[in-house]
Amino acid sequence: MIELSGINKTFRVAKRNAGFKEAVKTFFKRDYTEIRALNNVSFTIGDGEIVGYIGTNGAGKSSTVKVMSGILTPDSGTCVIDGLTPWKNRKEHVKNIGVVFGQRSQLWWDVPVIDSFELIRDIYGVRENVYKRNLEELTDLLSIEEILKTPARQLSLGQRMRCEIAASLIHEPKVLFLDEPTIGLDAASKLAVRSFIRKLNSEKGTTVILTTHDTQDIEALANRILLIGKGQILLDDTLDGLKERYSKVKTLTVQYGEGDIQEKDGMAFKEKKEGLAVIEVNTDLISVSQAIESISQTVDIRDLSVTQTSADEIVLSLYREFGI
Amino acid sequence: MKKYLSYFRIRFINSLQYRTAAYAGISTQFVWGFMEILMFSAFYRENPESFPMDFSALASYVWLQQALLAAFMLWFWDKDIFNMISDGTLAYELTRPADVYWMWFTKNAASRISAAFLRCFPILVVASLLPKPYGLSLPVSPAAFIMFLATGILSFLSVVSLCMIIYAESVYTISPKGLMMVVSAVSELLSGSLIPIPFMPDWLQRILYFTPFAAMQNLPLRIYGGDIAGTEMLCSVLLQIFWLFVMIISGRMLLLRGLKSAALQGG
Repeated sequence: MIELSGINKTFRVAKRNAGFKEAVKTFFKRDYTEIRALNNVSFTIGDGEIVGYIGTNGAGKSSTVKVMSGILTPDSGTCVIDGLTPWKNRKEHVKNIGVVFGQRSQLWWDVPVIDSFELIRDIYGVRENVYKRNLEELTDLLSIEEILKTPARQLSLGQRMRCEIAASLIHEPKVLFLDEPTIGLDAASKLAVRSFIRKLNSEKGTTVILTTHDTQDIEALANRILLIGKGQILLDDTLDGLKERYSKVKTLTVQYGEGDIQEKDGMAFKEKKEGLAVIEVNTDLISVSQAIESISQTVDIRDLSVTQTSADEIVLSLYREFGI
Repeated sequence: MKKYLSYFRIRFINSLQYRTAAYAGISTQFVWGFMEILMFSAFYRENPESFPMDFSALASYVWLQQALLAAFMLWFWDKDIFNMISDGTLAYELTRPADVYWMWFTKNAASRISAAFLRCFPILVVASLLPKPYGLSLPVSPAAFIMFLATGILSFLSVVSLCMIIYAESVYTISPKGLMMVVSAVSELLSGSLIPIPFMPDWLQRILYFTPFAAMQNLPLRIYGGDIAGTEMLCSVLLQIFWLFVMIISGRMLLLRGLKSAALQGG
């Protein structure tokens, strides 16, 4: 159980204009601007949830993750994770969490990956039999068996990321924070990482908090979405709920032979060529099946596909709606 | 405890891989050692009476210093730690159920020991084969040798704990370069790595005696050659222990306070 309430954090950032004169000036006097990284952030996440934490760059995602993982002390507010306050009981708290920072590495650069794993085993005091079992399972699920003996510096990004994720799970954390885990990965590695996370969540009940810019990650993993902008939580909803809200319009792509399609209320042609039509259907006015029925009455349908708004478009319309 | 040993181990094997650096280090230290001995022998021939140390004790001092350079020189920084602070990988260190101060302490100690371990043997062997008084001679007595080992370990720990203060300070300033340069230069002079402390003016020696700098390489290397013994040695050891505690406690407080208020960089 993760409970945040009223978390505030302000950073002081030194600012100056470009140029030599300005640089000399700042040598004597610096101007600081205060940036409210987190502004009254509150939410609750239950055990076993997968939450997608989204927001534009600099919205406060990473700061929230840092607060929850005990790295950052907020100015005010409370955060209780499984009964512990991260920044007060840091050592106790971090035993129960795993963190993957997609843009950083926890593996030792010049030694084989397995050495880093053994270090993590000792740091967390994982018992040998538990370690063996987890290692076997993780190497198997993430298919990293062959690269365990390779120094981290010689791994590709995708291989390294899979090892990073394994490294964060050796001590069986109850909560896993993933900060952009699929950044820069190729399609195959992304899929592997996603299916692994799903499995971990369903089999072990691990709570997963995922920050990402990749909406496919969200679509594939998260059942709940938290949107943060300018340090404030703007929206907290399920993905299905959002889809319903933002995808009243479905797109029909029809390939047909003889005849001509009649436009009806709630149907708008986006594209119309010989034998091919792309139609937007507003489901408030007409259901998809009704639309298909009316099309099939006038033309001979050869092929038909229905697409709904992608998560990408939903996120985009969310950003637009909240003006961030 | 096991976690720190394990941390030590991985840092140790990590640096054992840098063989080329070790070869380069060995040859540099040989050349440097020879040059120093040649220089001092020229002074010695000019006027042996005004020479504050026995020449063979001085030669031993120089060779031990060169062999154990990585262990005793303050400027042997662990760049990993500075990088971690400036690029924010430090975030990972904070998600470990361990004390960051002691993690870094072991890390720094391990990188020094591994580097010293790779470099010391060839230098010690060759230096002990050199003709007297230019080479490394045996310690003046078995007791002196034991005290050399004991104070050697203590001064090694002192060097690491002074480094830790610099690491802790760079958590606040992010860029360690300025302080690093000042501390490197000052400590190199005051700890007797450029020239041994007995060659310095009396008034400076008297001041240095009470500073942590005298508790570093100066002490074990001079005990080895019999230059410090008896009551003077005991007092120095007590001062050494005192400084070690002061530096550890202040370094740890500084670091923990810094980490509390640190805003981690990037991402």
